[in-house]
Amino acid sequence: MRKVLFYVPLLAFLALALFLLSGLFSDPRERESASLNKALPNFALADLMQPNTIWTPEKLKGEVFLLNVWGTWCPTCNAELGYLSELRQQGVKIVGLYYELPRDPAFDPPFDLAVLQQEVQQKLQQQGDPYQFNMLDLTRSVSLDLGVSGAPETFIVDAEGIVRAHHIGDINPAVWRSKLAPLYQQWSSQ
Amino acid sequence: MKALLAVLLLCAGLFSSGPWAEEVLQFDNDAQRDLYQQLTAELRCPQCQNQNIADSHAVVAVDMREKTYQLIREGKDRQQVLDYMINRYGDFVHYLPPVNRYTLWLWLLPLMMLLGLIAVGVFRRAQQSKQVPQDIAGNTAAELDQLIARYRSKK
Repeated sequence: MRKVLFYVPLLAFLALALFLLSGLFSDPRERESASLNKALPNFALADLMQPNTIWTPEKLKGEVFLLNVWGTWCPTCNAELGYLSELRQQGVKIVGLYYELPRDPAFDPPFDLAVLQQEVQQKLQQQGDPYQFNMLDLTRSVSLDLGVSGAPETFIVDAEGIVRAHHIGDINPAVWRSKLAPLYQQWSSQ
Repeated sequence: MKALLAVLLLCAGLFSSGPWAEEVLQFDNDAQRDLYQQLTAELRCPQCQNQNIADSHAVVAVDMREKTYQLIREGKDRQQVLDYMINRYGDFVHYLPPVNRYTLWLWLLPLMMLLGLIAVGVFRRAQQSKQVPQDIAGNTAAELDQLIARYRSKK
């Protein structure tokens, strides 16, 4: 009995050390998304380049696609444009959800669609254009409904319009291969 | 002195007309204002680590504050606003996690540790009270006599 008790503090310490060690290598942003396995929220968003076209979840159905939340103001989004363009060439359908920043009425000029269109066009020419089209989320209300916490974030949406994956952060070859590609293929083949 | 006061007033003017001005919110009554303050302190910013949305300047926190304000003005109660946010951002977004089979341990584990410690304490005390009288009554007197005899003989 004595001998067993002697090892209890050591074992408790080892358990605690292992628990804390695993915390060192875990990603604090990694968590279950609330939008998983739910249909896309209801929305009607104007196309960024052709504002007369209105996109709704109904119109997006029929094919698995990546919904990529991004903005030209976001450096990480710009960095992933190149790789996303490669994915597009491999036949992956990518739709952009443009995450516009809020404006400070005291300091910022009022929103100007033409200026934004020009900025986006320039950026996509420089870095590559992975998008079939972009939807403009000017007030970020659709992003809020999707549980977006910032940019870049990417969703895999299946042919029925149901969210099957939610990735926070950039997409690079490693993330695509290990996390997103299997899900993309799984839902494409169904 | 007057110049200093003038400079101070100028600075105050600068700050009151900045982005802070838009944070002046109108409520129908004090209950709504209290609810807003309570909720923005309790809701967690999903972008930042360990900040509530009242405390954060992240875009998503600003949007969530605005949404909270809007929902309260529409007459939604505390639970409805919380449900709205948890529906979108998960349990992560509320600083008071619900009790379920994953979080139950947060409450059970400290309780179990406390009970365990009490049990160990009681067990040890019971053993000690058994041992002590034997030692004193039986052996000590004879041992002392032996020791005294030994040191005497050395003299």
